[in-house]
Amino acid sequence: MTPALAVRGATKRFGAVLALDGVDLAVFPGEVLALLGDNGAGKSTLIKCISGVHRLDSGSIEMGGVAVTMGSPAAARALGIETVYQDLALFDNLDPVANFYAGREIAGPRWLPRGLRLLRRRDMSRATGELLTRLQVGIADPHATVGLMSGGQRQAIAVARAAAFASKVVILDEPTAALGLRESRRVLDLILRLREEGHAVIVISHAMDHVIEIADRAAVLRRGRKVGEMRPTPDNRQAIVSLIVGGDS
Amino acid sequence: MTAEAGAMRRLGSDPLRLALLAIRLGPALILLLLVVIMSMLSPAFLTMLNVGNVLAQTAVIAVLAIGQLLVILTRGIDLSVGSTLALASVTGALVYSAAPSGPVVVLAMLATGMAVGAINGMGYVLGRLPHPFIITLATLSAGRGLALWLSGGQPQQGMPEVVQVMGGGSAGWLPYSAFLVAAVALAVVLLTTRMVWGRWIYAVGGNPEGARRTAIPVDRVVISVYVLSGLAAGIAAIVTSGRLNAGSPTFGDLAELDSIAAVVIGGASFLGGRGSVGNALVGALMIGIIRNGMNLLDVNAFLQPIVIGVVIVLAVESDVVRGRLESRFRTAQAARS
Repeated sequence: MTPALAVRGATKRFGAVLALDGVDLAVFPGEVLALLGDNGAGKSTLIKCISGVHRLDSGSIEMGGVAVTMGSPAAARALGIETVYQDLALFDNLDPVANFYAGREIAGPRWLPRGLRLLRRRDMSRATGELLTRLQVGIADPHATVGLMSGGQRQAIAVARAAAFASKVVILDEPTAALGLRESRRVLDLILRLREEGHAVIVISHAMDHVIEIADRAAVLRRGRKVGEMRPTPDNRQAIVSLIVGGDS
Repeated sequence: MTAEAGAMRRLGSDPLRLALLAIRLGPALILLLLVVIMSMLSPAFLTMLNVGNVLAQTAVIAVLAIGQLLVILTRGIDLSVGSTLALASVTGALVYSAAPSGPVVVLAMLATGMAVGAINGMGYVLGRLPHPFIITLATLSAGRGLALWLSGGQPQQGMPEVVQVMGGGSAGWLPYSAFLVAAVALAVVLLTTRMVWGRWIYAVGGNPEGARRTAIPVDRVVISVYVLSGLAAGIAAIVTSGRLNAGSPTFGDLAELDSIAAVVIGGASFLGGRGSVGNALVGALMIGIIRNGMNLLDVNAFLQPIVIGVVIVLAVESDVVRGRLESRFRTAQAARS
């Protein structure tokens, strides 16, 4: 099968620091790939290169077997990659619907310049409602601003927003980091539903229990290199952890 | 979840919700209260003549406040609007003496306002200044200076008919300037609540970095609000110049502070992303009514700025209380989800 996204020989340098050193990575449709590594291992740099925030110094990115360049976040999004960053990038002063469509509002008429078009609020509201129902994300009050919602609801909205617009790859940076048990559970279920819908999902996480539960495969980075790749199971948990921290120590 | 739990949830959140609603409507309720109190204290207050007066006197603050609101929504501030008003009025007067055509003078005043706004917005964004306070402080100074220089420090008599009518004319007791305010307000309500650009203004104010990531043209949005605020200053210049049939470098002195006060009294947040045209108008009317009312009641004129100062503090304090209530609301909601 062709990977939804494949990175080959990814190298990225910040001044004297070699943040990525020839990393290969592939993720397939309907697969959850966990990206593991200690702080500074290069996880964030790698996903920022994939999502168009940084550009690779050398190496290539393919989507569905076709070479692509991620010149900007907008370019990555146009190619079907959506990223949920740790700080969520939600608009606390807007309601869930406005958050969903921020920057890609449904509006018309088409002959007007984009900024001057009139919002099709009912269309956006209906589409958001349908998607949230499909992903089984319950929002207590869909007209409240997102700033008034709990951490879990906010995370769910951010993940659902990514799912709504990603045609191919969803990248999640520490999706359960700030959440309680029950809220984490909901977000994990949501990730599993994304997999069922055929998305390729890349998850950065430090929570090994979550990784073992949801990930089909784990790739471990250390000091900018990929040092291992395996299916995470309760049995090889120790092996993965020592890969992350450096087994020789 | 059981029915009991549902009922408890509702009990837990409803008083909070009501309190939130009351505080959201706060500015309008306080305005209503103010009107009731004033009409009881002074029989002259609710006469058509006086209402027309209040509207005419509030028109300038109201238009400036609508422009200022757009800027404050993006976490900015425009200190230059008073100076811009003066500069636009002087430009209008000078253009009128050279080319006595109504439309040309009107266009010149509006263009002057937009030009200063463009300097503010582009200076802030392209100059990567730490805060718009700085560039608009600079244009506050330079704009007033330029107005004084161009006019030789003297008021320039004479404005075209159309400007005089817009600034000083009335339909019965209703001043035309009130219609102008209504038109400006309607246009900006359309912008802020129905148009994509307006949604972007709120998004940029709520989370500039997030807006950038969602490919909203943040820089252009920020520049645009300063241009629109400058345009509002140009419109305010038409009203002021028309009413007094002159252009003067002293017009609009401290008007920037009135416009900021109106927006803040109207409950907009300096942190950006929250505020509405309606509430900014309520804030402007409140300032207008306090001034008018104290005149009617023959209160010492020196007391007016003190009262307005107190109102500003009360308004912002109610905003703080609203913030607290909202975070309590959020905790309550998190606890039961």
